[in-house]
Amino acid sequence: MKILVCIKQVPDMESRFKLNSESKWYEEADLAWRMNEYDEYAVEQAVQLKDQVDDADLTVLSIGPDRVREMMKKALAMGCDRGAHIADDDYFKKDPYEIASVIAEVAKDKGFYMICTGMQSQDRGSAQVGVLVAEMLGLPSITTIVGFAFEGGQITAKRELEGGIKSIIKTRAPALVTCQLGLNTPRYPTLPNIMKAKRKELLSIPISELLKVESKQETVRMYFPEKKGGGLVLEGDVADLTDQLIKILKDKTAVLA
Amino acid sequence: MKILLVAEYRDGELLNNSYELVAFAGQLGADSAMFLVGSEGVLPAYNGTLYLADVDKYGEFNPAVHKQLLLDVIAKEQPDMVVFAHSSYGWDLAPRISLALNVAHVSEVIDIVDGVPVVPACNSKLRCDVKAKTAQMVLTLQGGAFGLEDHPTGNPTVVPINTETASEMEFCGYEEAEPGGVDLSKAEVIVSAGRGIGKPENMEMIEELAKALKGEYGTSRPVVDSEWADHTRQVGTTGQTVSPKLYVACGISGAIQHLAGMKKSEFIVAINTDRDAPIGEVADVLIVADLKEFVPAMTEKINNL
Repeated sequence: MKILVCIKQVPDMESRFKLNSESKWYEEADLAWRMNEYDEYAVEQAVQLKDQVDDADLTVLSIGPDRVREMMKKALAMGCDRGAHIADDDYFKKDPYEIASVIAEVAKDKGFYMICTGMQSQDRGSAQVGVLVAEMLGLPSITTIVGFAFEGGQITAKRELEGGIKSIIKTRAPALVTCQLGLNTPRYPTLPNIMKAKRKELLSIPISELLKVESKQETVRMYFPEKKGGGLVLEGDVADLTDQLIKILKDKTAVLA
Repeated sequence: MKILLVAEYRDGELLNNSYELVAFAGQLGADSAMFLVGSEGVLPAYNGTLYLADVDKYGEFNPAVHKQLLLDVIAKEQPDMVVFAHSSYGWDLAPRISLALNVAHVSEVIDIVDGVPVVPACNSKLRCDVKAKTAQMVLTLQGGAFGLEDHPTGNPTVVPINTETASEMEFCGYEEAEPGGVDLSKAEVIVSAGRGIGKPENMEMIEELAKALKGEYGTSRPVVDSEWADHTRQVGTTGQTVSPKLYVACGISGAIQHLAGMKKSEFIVAINTDRDAPIGEVADVLIVADLKEFVPAMTEKINNL
């Protein structure tokens, strides 16, 4: 059984962002990079499925500059068997349709039986790419899953809906699932597995060989939102801060009365 | 301009976010029509054409079938925009539609400025203007961004629709939220823990502060996903919606999904080391401090009052 998991590298969301010189994306220098949180659950699910079935081969794919290879090594250390790095320094200029078409171009004719993705990225958050890949490949896709079971080619997934409700959906593989936070507990790679991962195949393919479509939309400007809250910002010594907050709570609320 | 609104129906009810779509069309001064897989018995309060597919026949969730039903209506109406809520239904169906139509698709739209959709990026710390290159476009709208009519009225002109498309999925029903737990919507004070608490042991100091303030403790989603607290305490779109007199957000960055669940609180205090955290947008007071120092000190002072 061939399995594919698609992952993205994103900045730590706690970072202090700056804009790039064109004001069309954030400045990438001085950021700490990590695996998109949703994708960690996708990798874990793919590894668990691989461990469940016989003769599985799990490929991890990522699009981006060379720095994404470091994150891909983590996925390999978590249990992926091989990596396909789609090299693209201009990845942030691609829209979800272009990204999905590149993934579909890699995946077509490869006979992947399961494809796992995160339900969205933490930076752009379109929540489109997984579904688009499935539609391009003519596969059923179940989005936003928080539960997954596989038996005899049948997938039973739980989709997370609003208000704490889940819906139970069944479909047959080959299929694609997009993974929501909380689906499983992503493993930490162990030292022996980190060492083993260094010897695993990690191909690099230039995106120009795979991109055959044109974008449908363009980010024309990126900017910081106007601060509209106008709330009070307090900084300084903790003892002072507690006194200030107690005074504010007494003045503005009835909770300390 | 003509907009097709894709309304939502779940478990026998029309979802309220359907009216946000109506508000959106109103703000753009556009003509609209509505699409719904729902029931004759539960019609939206909407003055316009409603293309209605029977939910008993086509199911509440059935992407391939809903897609074909919707594409048939789009072919007939030729709308400039097809608009969904950015919800578990909307973000699932919208990409299937945009790909079939071969058009631009902008997700989680919070505003339209001079015809260009605005979307959040990086946990809402940044904004992007995203320009479509195609004449027709598909949008999903962030919940709450375009308001809601308080008492929508109207009677739709129903046009029944059908399809022969086969299903590729089986919808096997719902699993309700776990019973039990605290009804946080009744609490007057809520002290909530976010990822910033760092480790499960620190939940205790959050509970202590909640106790000192005679309130309940809550959590954001990452705390539940990390199994540091029970899901029944979660505040946000996939948890509870609350509006206490005081909400204290400890180490919560303020993801949109969390804000949606607590922004109606009367007074909001946020404690965060990141002064740019989006929680600052809704907070009346943002305390830039390490919660591990601030929270116990605050608890002690309140207990000594």
